Amino acid sequence: MADQEYSKEQAPNEDSDTSIDEEAISTNQANSELASELDGLLDEIDSVLETNAEEFVKSYVQKGGQ
Amino acid sequence: MAIPKICGIETEYAIIQPKLSEQNPIHASSVLVNAYAKQAESSTNGGVAYTVEWDFNDETPGNDARGLAPIGSLPPLVETHLVNAVLENGARFYVDHAHPEISTPECIDALQVVKYDRSGERILELAMSVANETLSPEEEIVVYKDNSDGKGNSYGCHENYLVDRLTPFGEIITHATTHFITRQIFTGSGKIGVEATGVDSNSIKYQITQRADFFEEEVGLETTLKRPIINTRDEPHADATKYRRLHVICGDANMSETATFLKVGSTSILLAMIEDNFLTRRIVFDNPVRCIKEVSHDPSLKQQLSLNDGSTITALEVQWEILKSASSYVSKGGGEFAGGVVADEIINTWEHVLTGLENNPESLRSEIDWIAKRLLIESFADRHNLSIFDPKVRLLALQYHDVRQEKRISEIIGLKKLITNSEVNYGIDNPPQETRAYFRGVCLQKWPELIVSANWDSLVFRLEGDYLKRIPILDPSEGSLAKVQSLLERATSPNELIAEIELSNK
Repeated sequence: MADQEYSKEQAPNEDSDTSIDEEAISTNQANSELASELDGLLDEIDSVLETNAEEFVKSYVQKGGQ
Repeated sequence: MAIPKICGIETEYAIIQPKLSEQNPIHASSVLVNAYAKQAESSTNGGVAYTVEWDFNDETPGNDARGLAPIGSLPPLVETHLVNAVLENGARFYVDHAHPEISTPECIDALQVVKYDRSGERILELAMSVANETLSPEEEIVVYKDNSDGKGNSYGCHENYLVDRLTPFGEIITHATTHFITRQIFTGSGKIGVEATGVDSNSIKYQITQRADFFEEEVGLETTLKRPIINTRDEPHADATKYRRLHVICGDANMSETATFLKVGSTSILLAMIEDNFLTRRIVFDNPVRCIKEVSHDPSLKQQLSLNDGSTITALEVQWEILKSASSYVSKGGGEFAGGVVADEIINTWEHVLTGLENNPESLRSEIDWIAKRLLIESFADRHNLSIFDPKVRLLALQYHDVRQEKRISEIIGLKKLITNSEVNYGIDNPPQETRAYFRGVCLQKWPELIVSANWDSLVFRLEGDYLKRIPILDPSEGSLAKVQSLLERATSPNELIAEIELSNK
């Protein structure tokens, strides 16, 4: 552990152009997977949301605490 | 010299009765705490000390770690008339100001804090359930584990760490300020808009933390007004000649177990490094109060922060530097002060999270709250073609902090778990075994009706002949299972317990 180097210079995103491209591609793929994954979840989330959002959010007032 | 970082978290929950036009949060909080305490007391094993008074003899929130409090600063009032329950897991569940608040028992490391923080969420959930059974549907009580109502009112999630009294407080101020400002990149729970005074509330769509907007001072005693980054409340709840309790008020309440783990874990290791004088470089911000907001207001993590030597640095770069020191410290044996093998896991998680923040923050969508919440609300806004400031999006952002199982959005979106459900449930009724919380919890389980009052560092028993005896436990590492289990098993009454303690003290 002590020998590991955490300096920014060695972070993967500063590697060669090729690896940046590969990373960008894999990031894009991950993002589209994420989008479809979230889409399914949003159906479930719609079902637990409180009704009358405007009124609910407006009346959500707390006393300041510590 | 570093000492083991016994630690804990106290969380003020938001409370609302959504169907009522008039809100009375103090009353609602009392109903909630009372309902939980009563049902726990009447359950079969029921050891909750509903009737136990909180012992305020040792409460001195006005003491300032810097010595005399400056004129004009306001120590918090201790409200003795409000409801208190001491729980058989060693926790305290009570009404503070206008919020229900739960303090975890004293824990031995960051992973145990995560467990008892989750048990605390379950206790709030159970409290809502039993309270709402006694109320009409219109009076339903709901709590949220957040830190801001979006309208300029904030309430806290405080951390506490046991610190060696001999460590100069100035050293803690220097290094902890730097950590608190920069750790926000993984501790933040995310917030729509801005609440800082004098800033247009819609000038930033989304910021990293809930709390940063409310910090106006670098160092100070207050917790409700002019909140300071470093809180100087000097109230150790322990032997004050040996210990401090560092009371950290600038963190967010987290739904993510990874975030709580890393928040408490990184801070525990940092404090041990300060005690051992291990940190060589002093990173000092030119204007900490501005920096805490600058970091929070920049989810791109690119913000350059001005140091007092005229150079600049990003929060992520500071965290890499602290991690580098922490990793070296742990590899040289310092991990023993932050949970041993747990300290190794803190280092691994810290590295994983900083790498993710640097390369692809969305990869941390199941581990870091502000990232999970941002993806969620942005996807929701896109799907329904809404602005991020639309009430429906704000409602979803609020419900991210729901702890009820059937509405627990953080669970629906699959935040990573470090603690199993059975461990969480076990933690509701059972104290940590490594600290004085064990003694407190087991005594409450055995003799709930004979404990008259309790505090973090004492229990008062009612003995035969109706006289009272106060047992102090001034060292948080005393009273552990290893030290008192056989004593507690042998004693059939508080009288026997105290007779044996007095004999061993002679």
